[in-house]
Amino acid sequence: MVQKSKSNVIWKRLKKNKMAMVGLTITIGLLLIAIFAPAIVPYDPYTVDLSQSMRAPGQEGHLLGTDQLGRDQFSRLLYGARISLQVGIITQSISMVIGIFMGALAGYYGGKVDEFISYLINVFFAFPSLLFAIAIMATLGPGLNNIFIALGAVSWPGLARIVRGQVLQLKEQEYIEAIRALGGNDFKIIVKHILPNCMAPIIVTATLGVAGAILSEAGLSFLGLGAQPPMPSWGLMLSMGRTYVTTKTWLTIYPGLAIMITILGLNLLGDGLRDALDPRMKQ
Amino acid sequence: MKRPVIEIKDLKTYFFVEEGVVKAVDGVSFEIAEGETLGIVGESGCGKSVTSISIMRLVPNPPGKIVGGQILFKGEDLLMKSEADMRKIRGNEISMIFQEPMTSLNPVYTIGDQIAESVMLHQNLTKREAFSRAVEMLDKVGIPASEKRVHEYPHQLSGGMRQRVMIAMALSCNPKMLVADEPTTALDVTIQAQILELMKQLRDEFNTAIMLITHDLGVIAEVADRVAVMYAGKIVEYTDVMTLFQKPGHPYTIGLLKSIPKLTGNHKRLEPIQGVVPSPLNLPQGCKFNNRCPYAREKCFEKEPELVEVEKGHSVRCWFHDQLQ
Amino acid sequence: MKKLLEVKDLKKYFPIKGGLFGRQIGAVKAVDGISFDVREGETLGLVGESGCGKSTTGRLILRLIDPTSGSVKFGGKDILALDKNQMRKMRKDMQIIFQDPYASLNPRMTVGSIITEALEIHNLLKNKNDKETRVHQLLEQVGLTGAHARRYPHEFSGGQRQRIGIARVLAVDPKIIIADEPVSALDVSIQAQVINLLQDLQQDLGLTFLFIAHDLSVVKHISNRVAVMYLGNIVEMAEKNELYNNPRHPYTQALLSAIPIADPTVKRERIILQGDVPSPINPPSGCRFHTRCPYARDICKKEEPVVKTIGEDHIVACHLV
Repeated sequence: MVQKSKSNVIWKRLKKNKMAMVGLTITIGLLLIAIFAPAIVPYDPYTVDLSQSMRAPGQEGHLLGTDQLGRDQFSRLLYGARISLQVGIITQSISMVIGIFMGALAGYYGGKVDEFISYLINVFFAFPSLLFAIAIMATLGPGLNNIFIALGAVSWPGLARIVRGQVLQLKEQEYIEAIRALGGNDFKIIVKHILPNCMAPIIVTATLGVAGAILSEAGLSFLGLGAQPPMPSWGLMLSMGRTYVTTKTWLTIYPGLAIMITILGLNLLGDGLRDALDPRMKQ
Repeated sequence: MKRPVIEIKDLKTYFFVEEGVVKAVDGVSFEIAEGETLGIVGESGCGKSVTSISIMRLVPNPPGKIVGGQILFKGEDLLMKSEADMRKIRGNEISMIFQEPMTSLNPVYTIGDQIAESVMLHQNLTKREAFSRAVEMLDKVGIPASEKRVHEYPHQLSGGMRQRVMIAMALSCNPKMLVADEPTTALDVTIQAQILELMKQLRDEFNTAIMLITHDLGVIAEVADRVAVMYAGKIVEYTDVMTLFQKPGHPYTIGLLKSIPKLTGNHKRLEPIQGVVPSPLNLPQGCKFNNRCPYAREKCFEKEPELVEVEKGHSVRCWFHDQLQ
Repeated sequence: MKKLLEVKDLKKYFPIKGGLFGRQIGAVKAVDGISFDVREGETLGLVGESGCGKSTTGRLILRLIDPTSGSVKFGGKDILALDKNQMRKMRKDMQIIFQDPYASLNPRMTVGSIITEALEIHNLLKNKNDKETRVHQLLEQVGLTGAHARRYPHEFSGGQRQRIGIARVLAVDPKIIIADEPVSALDVSIQAQVINLLQDLQQDLGLTFLFIAHDLSVVKHISNRVAVMYLGNIVEMAEKNELYNNPRHPYTQALLSAIPIADPTVKRERIILQGDVPSPINPPSGCRFHTRCPYARDICKKEEPVVKTIGEDHIVACHLV
């Protein structure tokens, strides 16, 4: 009952925030596109037809034109949403597992464990994370699966730091002490009592993290370290279009717009969620 | 009889929240004379603190709003004053001290700066004069080595010392009236005794009218001259302190007195008031206390009684006040 | 009467770290060598002002905080020697009720699942129906109804939440309950309800209480014996009427005289103590109370007073007694 009424309150607050609703609409739209891409694309995104190469937008039924291999750009962009979302969700899942685990461990046990993990987090923060990811990609070799690993491995520290702070605060709560006094074990206390109470900042961080991961993937793919041709990754499409940036502008403008709209949508949603879940965090 | 410094007449402060209207203060009237201490007792949510912020005109709006009544201070209605005029009155003619002395002091300024600032805000003094006034006030409230202490920061002081600083600040402009909202609740017993003693001394010295809000009947018995007992936004009993403890007239007052453990005498089982305070959004029909009152009869559920004077200087809001006990 | 709990020379120093390398630069002597027994079926009151170490004592006994030194025996068994698992099992017999009924219940769980959890931690009942019946029975025992099990903590008032906390504690059928300021967050009229409930439960279930509070009237009402703490030490302990009628330690005397009495006809000689409680980081030498004591002499500054027995069950730590 309270859960319901609580989520009602959150939903009400979110609904009031116009920018957040824009973000939510974009995000849901993106999800629908990713899910139904095969059903809605006008052309197969992989079919090469050199006779259709470099059509400008609108020509011969190609809404957003075609690339140098004659593939329909609109279809490729729709399929690209699948890749982007995959990257965002999978990397964030990896990062959440590591981040929550590390953060909870550091916050709950404190002492040496905390010192070590906090040290590790600081080391990660001391380097640009994209540089780290590049180093990992260079070792593992390019490819989408390695992107998941590389981005997951570098993006957990932010989350870990947030979870650590939350746990530090929550473990002093009397209801946690009450369970300890009852004889509850640490694992149960963390999983059942502490983590559910710090879901709000985790959700917000993860939403923003998805955006970050999508951007990083585009960057890595642009550098040739991520998704490999012929995958319709937005970053890769940008990279391919770069050669023609002055003459065939649609090859860079539309993938760029797709990335921008996606990131904007997710960030708006993340910010809105933060304000709705915890009005105090706004200040 | 001394002339009243403040007269509250039929004050109504409501809070307009999503679920409805909370009548936090619903028709409260009382007066306080010079050098007199009026105690306001009641449990959480009875409206005692809202009464005090209403007098200071500090009700958060929205959701709160003073919807009716008069607050006559020196014959003028505070509710008619502009915000600018109120600023001149607050801290100068009417001061307030709060329960939590830690959060009411700014941690980045010395206590001397803070007292001097509140003095300079209202009185035409130089910085130096204001500072020596601060030292003088710290002396008055019994802070040892005041000339040294005046340069210290709030965190360097203990809770009791901070409350003394708050009192010094409140009294620095010689206010006509002091509103004290649970001033000793956060303090230890031995420190509470010090502060209560101090308040009594200062009241006699400055002839200030004090409105003391507390939930502790012990504190009331100790320092109040007259008492208003509040329940669910209304005064249910209003009389002098002797009468209240010896001849309580309202079932709620009687219940409160029976439910506190006595330090002296034998230890019978406590007699608590049954049930819980009703939700302010869902108050009972008729007398607001009827769902917890052991004497409640049919009439109590039909119509709410008025606050009537049952003998000189003793008012009770109960249909059957003459038939209790 | 049998001693259920024996505490000997219990100490807890919290380290203060500072400096560039986080070395220990001092210690808060929260509890500094206290000894007392709690007898089966009785209520021992533990009073003192904030920072005197009374709440820390409660948590040390339950090993929610690990003591620096000393011994705690429960039913003759040294519980400081238990490992983590044995201690978890031990917790079934030793329970705690907290001060803040708003903070001690997980806001995301229903009342039913909060109490069921206590049963499950100690594997008390297997069958789902049995658990439900037991939860309802427990709620009724503390003056609520079975229907309340489906609700969430925020739907209850402070007094009702404290009842829920008590029901959770009773679920594991403990022998001793440490009540840490259980009524001080409650309104006056509700305090009395909870105090009566605790007394009824003690009678019905044969419970033993260690009742920690700062309110001397409440402590007197509920306790059989009372111990007074000041800055990490017990300064006086006696049967309650003896202690309240014949206080021997100057601190106890001052404390008792400082309580405002809800009767304006009572006029008392007040002992107003000067100054504040000193910091437990560097407590005063000798008798810790000497900085505020109206009778302090030279010896009080130099030597720590030994605990003297001055009557049946009445002990006091003061040079001048």
